[in-house]
Amino acid sequence: MLSSLDRKLFRDLSHMKGQSFAIAIVIAAGVATFVNSRTLLHSLELTRSTFYERYRFADVFARVKRAPDMLVDRLQEIPGVSTVESRIVKSVTLDVPGIDEPAVGQLISLPAFRPPRLNQVYLRRGRQLEPSRDDEVLASEAFLIANNIDLGDTIGAIINGRRKELRVVGVAFSPEYVFQIKPGDMLPDPHHFGILWMDHEALSNAFDMDGAFNDIAVGLARGSPVEEVILSVDRLLEPYGGLGAFPRKDQLSNLLLESDIQGLRTTGLIAPTIFLCVAAFLLNVVLTRLTSLQREQIAALKAFGYTNLQIAWHYMKFVLLITAAGGLLGTLGGMWLAHDFTKLFLRVYQYPELVFRVQPNVAVNAMLVAGGAAVLGSFGAIALAVRLPPAEAMRPEPPARYGPTLLERIGLGRLVPNVARMVLRQLERHPIKTTFSLLAISMSVAIVVVGNFIGNSVDKVIQVQFYDVERYDLSLATVEPVSIDAIRELENLPGVYQCEPRRYVASRLRVANRSRRIGIVGLPRDAALMHLKSRTGKYVALPREGMILSKKLASVLNIRAGEKVRVETLQEKRPVADVVVVDLLDDITGLNAYMDIEALNRLMREGPQVSGAMLTANPEFLPAIYKELKETPGVASVTIRQAAIDSFRNTIAKNMLHMRMINLIFAIIIALGVVYNGARISLSERTRELATLRVIGFTRREISTILLGEIGTVTLLGIPFGLLMGYWFSWILTLFLDQEVFRFPFVIANSTYGLAAATVLAASVGSALLVRRKLDHLDLIAVLKSRE
Amino acid sequence: MASSISNWAVEQQETQDREVVFAAQGLTKTYHMGEVDVHALRGVDLELFAGEFVVLLGPSGSGKSTLLNILGGLDVPSSGTVFYRGQQLTEFDDAGLTRYRREHVGFVFQFYNLIPSLTARENVALVTDIAAHPLNPVEALRMVNLVDRQDHFPAQLSGGEQQRVAIARAVAKNPSVLLCDEPTGALDVHTGILVLEAISRINRELGTTTAVITHNAVIADMADRVISISDGKISHVHLNPNKRPASELTW
Repeated sequence: MLSSLDRKLFRDLSHMKGQSFAIAIVIAAGVATFVNSRTLLHSLELTRSTFYERYRFADVFARVKRAPDMLVDRLQEIPGVSTVESRIVKSVTLDVPGIDEPAVGQLISLPAFRPPRLNQVYLRRGRQLEPSRDDEVLASEAFLIANNIDLGDTIGAIINGRRKELRVVGVAFSPEYVFQIKPGDMLPDPHHFGILWMDHEALSNAFDMDGAFNDIAVGLARGSPVEEVILSVDRLLEPYGGLGAFPRKDQLSNLLLESDIQGLRTTGLIAPTIFLCVAAFLLNVVLTRLTSLQREQIAALKAFGYTNLQIAWHYMKFVLLITAAGGLLGTLGGMWLAHDFTKLFLRVYQYPELVFRVQPNVAVNAMLVAGGAAVLGSFGAIALAVRLPPAEAMRPEPPARYGPTLLERIGLGRLVPNVARMVLRQLERHPIKTTFSLLAISMSVAIVVVGNFIGNSVDKVIQVQFYDVERYDLSLATVEPVSIDAIRELENLPGVYQCEPRRYVASRLRVANRSRRIGIVGLPRDAALMHLKSRTGKYVALPREGMILSKKLASVLNIRAGEKVRVETLQEKRPVADVVVVDLLDDITGLNAYMDIEALNRLMREGPQVSGAMLTANPEFLPAIYKELKETPGVASVTIRQAAIDSFRNTIAKNMLHMRMINLIFAIIIALGVVYNGARISLSERTRELATLRVIGFTRREISTILLGEIGTVTLLGIPFGLLMGYWFSWILTLFLDQEVFRFPFVIANSTYGLAAATVLAASVGSALLVRRKLDHLDLIAVLKSRE
Repeated sequence: MASSISNWAVEQQETQDREVVFAAQGLTKTYHMGEVDVHALRGVDLELFAGEFVVLLGPSGSGKSTLLNILGGLDVPSSGTVFYRGQQLTEFDDAGLTRYRREHVGFVFQFYNLIPSLTARENVALVTDIAAHPLNPVEALRMVNLVDRQDHFPAQLSGGEQQRVAIARAVAKNPSVLLCDEPTGALDVHTGILVLEAISRINRELGTTTAVITHNAVIADMADRVISISDGKISHVHLNPNKRPASELTW
């Protein structure tokens, strides 16, 4: 049985359905973003850990030039090591049917008759490799889909200088390649990069690796000291050309996953906080108005003997009902969003399946947080109304007190027309309300700015990375360092405009007790095809001696320009030297070290050697060049700039657009909530004034100006402030997202500011018009006949 | 009987001498209140003349406010016609009525209806800003003896003072009619008298046609003509050649 008071509650709610709805939507947005980010985070972490555990993702990885199989036993004896799996891993050029450009295949050996002890593969379709067949491979799904290759189709591979047709018999996934990115690339390019698993014996025969391996994966016993194991592994592998062992956290795919999860963790709570603050504020404003309108009713209830607590609970129920509705809507919306976002992530991540689990406790937490914010927001208003003694509440509220505004106090009052004066005084009389409205509007503007900033930043990345830094059409890497003469040969290919050498040396950089395993890149000092440009647009010149470090790498190693770094090279004669860091480069991606190629060769105590090349060519000749490269032995991988750009546009850009849309919708929700409620409350407070003005002879248009002037002024002031706030938030975001893998350049396009201002303005105008329609039904006589 | 004949004679004379400001014929007004029809006016014929001070007297619910609202262009009758200086008000649309109120009508209400965020002078200026031939706002305040309170906000003024500001605001546009609905209804005798003095001074000095609604019969003594209304009809019209000044009234 519904009590009379509850019946009043539902009637009040239905009377204020517009406003209640606007607030509920803001709460829903807050809860949705919270549920989304928590669910997404949880499902990404759970998916990752499940996949890692079930398919035995290794703890330590190491590459070596060529080590004998018997070394595995020695590795196994290292204290803390539980499992060792030796493998052969080779990069080869692929000739994929249907594309001109050569692709890169990462060939990984699989033992016959047993699953690998570590880094097992999940077979989605097809069958396992048949032992003794040397032409069968399992292939990564993304690569197959991108190139439209089906089971039973063949791919041409240049294996050790000979072309071989490989038949795809299975579609596979591996915890090592959730993020399938070619080393040195910035983004996944499934068209041109595939993982292929091949029978161990077949691979070993093809590369003359009989009785030897070039890659190991190590599993650790629980609680083993990773760093010590790495030292022992390095010591054992060093005589065989070890390239330095590294822990799981530095494994490329895992590093990228972790970087995404970290990003989500830092940014995931920002949006819910904003929404719930706005909702709390709106509830405060609406409850203040509601209790003031019902002042006499409250007095009457008290006179009848209702306690303060009963009355407070009555209004609190009003708040909680709105919150519950918003929370429910938000939970459903958040689940849907999370589902949607997971699909976005699946476009990039290669998981056999995504563990998407709805967690009831996330929904409960979201509800509790939203309820807390709502109670916090409305408590003050309700307490104030309830505390009023009944006798005083029975009397009408004293007329509102106003004073001259700041503008008038400093003597500029004469410049302001009467109507504007009403608006300004109203605003100045409620400084806290005005400030919060302003903040909320600014916030919605800032959300659009920040959302689009990411897009602008990525556009800038494309511009800087693919046009300013990498100025070549394609680059290639050789299997082994070769003589500089190879460059001449490339230069002589028909259609090649320019060709420049590049050298890559795997090394460990050490400063005191900090170290990082990276590849030093050697470039000609006057390189035309690669410029060192920072994310802020500053070019850094390559010195004759010494090296240039990524600013991020310098901070990881805790070193400044002018200081020396110990360079332990991991290839050939493995020389060690102290090198001066001449300058730092605030670059966008990765941890990089650059040197003059001649200086690098001197450091290696070698003559003019190269391990790769960059070239530009006449586009008409590109197919012929690709064909040539596909058949050139010794080429380990080819990277085509245009393909990287295209792949980017197809994946990241689409996701980005999606995110922008969602941001836009959220901004509109806030603007709508704030402006609609603001205007409705203005209308409620001003009905009497407006009716009076209508009677005096003001037109509808004129009183609309007064009604909407207040919220309009707030909106117009809020927009520039919001743009500024968006600027700062974006800047702060770049600090938060300053990761080893990727660093956002700070750039905001003018169109972003335009879009943010226009979106919020349009949402404001729309909600103001909704309220303005109410003016047409203003009952002039009824209003004037009654007391306020 | 004799007095009623003489009244009739005076009325005839007046009619010939003075311009008709309002001419209403057969006014009815029916409100639909839920499922009940309320007949607020049941056929009212009326003329108001330029410069006259009329009191519409009647108990609450008699229909006097409805009549005033129709004359002031706030409401439209269910049937019948109203002419204002030859223009048929009942033909006007909303925009026309707004323009009519803006140019010709001054309103004073029981509950003042001042804008709380504007000072006394600014409340008056609100009207002079949009009027064609306004008075100076300070002049208007002088007519109600409030020049020294011009920079006060409504919250700083007494009820009587607020009502006088409302009167100043109503006359500042130099309206041809001043319509007052229970102007002293919320005031005590003393302040009520001050307000009535202000109204009669405006009627006298500016020649503004003035209609005051009241249920207080005492106020009728200061009118040129008293129109009694009951149950939606004019029950009685009484000419008052010996007007008493407001200061002599008491209730």
